[in-house]
Amino acid sequence: MGGNSTDTMSLNLKVWRQKNNKDKGQMVDYKLDGVSPDMSFLEMMDTLNTKLIKEQGDTIAFDHDCREGICGMCSMMINGQAHGPEAETTTCQLHMRKFKTGDTIVVEPWRAKAFPVLKDLMVDRGAFDQIIAAGGYVNVNTGNPQDANAILIGQENAELAMDAAACIGCGACVASCKNASAMLFVSAKISQLALLPQGAVESEARTQAMVAKMDELGFGNCTNEAECEAQCPKGIKIENIARMNREWFKGALGSRN
Amino acid sequence: MSSKRKCSPLSSIGKKQIMGATGLLLCGFLVTHFVGNCTLFLGPAAFNKYSHALTSNPLIYLAEAALLGLFLAHILMAIKLVIENKKARPVEYHTYIKSGRGGTFASKTMPYTGIIALVFLVIHILGLKFGTQYSTTIDGIEMRDIYKTTIEYFQDPLHIVFYIISMIALGIHTSHGFWSAFQSLGLSHPKYMPKIQLASKLFGLFVVIGFSSLPIFCYLQGGH
Ligand code: HEM
Ligand code: SF4
Ligand code: FES
Repeated sequence: MGGNSTDTMSLNLKVWRQKNNKDKGQMVDYKLDGVSPDMSFLEMMDTLNTKLIKEQGDTIAFDHDCREGICGMCSMMINGQAHGPEAETTTCQLHMRKFKTGDTIVVEPWRAKAFPVLKDLMVDRGAFDQIIAAGGYVNVNTGNPQDANAILIGQENAELAMDAAACIGCGACVASCKNASAMLFVSAKISQLALLPQGAVESEARTQAMVAKMDELGFGNCTNEAECEAQCPKGIKIENIARMNREWFKGALGSRN
Repeated sequence: MSSKRKCSPLSSIGKKQIMGATGLLLCGFLVTHFVGNCTLFLGPAAFNKYSHALTSNPLIYLAEAALLGLFLAHILMAIKLVIENKKARPVEYHTYIKSGRGGTFASKTMPYTGIIALVFLVIHILGLKFGTQYSTTIDGIEMRDIYKTTIEYFQDPLHIVFYIISMIALGIHTSHGFWSAFQSLGLSHPKYMPKIQLASKLFGLFVVIGFSSLPIFCYLQGGH
């Protein structure tokens, strides 16, 4: 760690600039020197913003929060891939040592009808919240707390539910999908509940409601490319999409509720 | 969540399941069509008798209508999906590359290989089913000499090349489509999915090699 911080890099950046939701926007070229290989991608963007402030320019707006790969805010399309070229890595966890001095790096916002650009690299991911609000919860009528081991859950389902629950709602699946489909996100949320006894009861109705909302918001249809799985920073599997398809089909047959 | 059902067959998942179900049934049609056509290898009598048995059965109209329905549903859904998916990303990326860990050539080209299959289908039916009519008598029954039509049709190298190119396209289409249909229908299990994916590639290979062997065989029957 730390290592060769004396070898700084010079980069050519192409960044999407857009004043507001109404603006047409365009790619703008920037040159940035003095980038340390130890910086994260966001720190590099901060350095660029500091330079822009010194030059009296308008800083580049981008979302970020935890900077440790857990909140899902940092959304950037880097050189044509969601969160950049590293597998299972968020933008905030991507390091500049993955790039070489002299590289040209293209930075764009997520592109989807359902994710309108607010400013520069910032998009409105409220559509995800609307999908959750449509059914991504359990209606609890529980009474007193259960005894800890009263409801037994098999190891396999517990693991699968935890894997699905690793989704941080970043939207990289939508951004990387050629159809801007939200199926990986929605299926992760459906799976984490469907696999556990408390969530399983309403699974079919939940799937109907969340899928209907997802369609209404203008996300595309899955064509089973698996690009979402490949670019998801949390390694969510398309196996979840198959589970959602299955839950939806069971619901369509009207077998429960 | 509301308890009211919202499972329209035209929802995103409904459309995909129609695609998957019709696609798999069409795969089934490909297999039966191939097996039936293998009577070609047995000579004119076998092929003509098979064809006669098929076309003289009144149920053929039902089967043809069902097949037409499958193709129409598959194609109409495909058109709807492609249009909707274009609309879902109104502003394109400046740079957009695949990770190499996800989509394949076959998955990316489904609409194109599908269109080639459709063009092929029309030309294929016009050239053979509605092609030159000859008749022959086998075991005292007068019937169409479809064998002669077929052999004659495939004396033209252009017809053979077009046929093989189309089968390569259809092979690529089904090499992704076969497993994709299982995924769409929710028939997925980590243990079986790799096997289904392998079966999908083998199915594609079967389409290319199996079907391509037919016109080549016909060409060789023409006294060259
Ligand atoms: C015998 C002929 C055909 C067979 C066996 C076949 C088979 C399949 C299968 C199994 C799928 C996968 C469905 C899924 O992912 O759930 C599929 C998808 C597709 N087919 Fe076909 N197909 C045929 C003809 C056509 C034709 C004629 C067209 C268009 C003109 C077409 C267009 C498509 C498209 C665009 C998809 C991708 C849809 C999506 O993933 O959303 N296919 N096909
Ligand atoms: S499924 Fe993966 S890519 Fe999609 S929102 Fe969740 S964490 Fe992000
Ligand atoms: S800033 Fe929280 S995941 Fe990147």
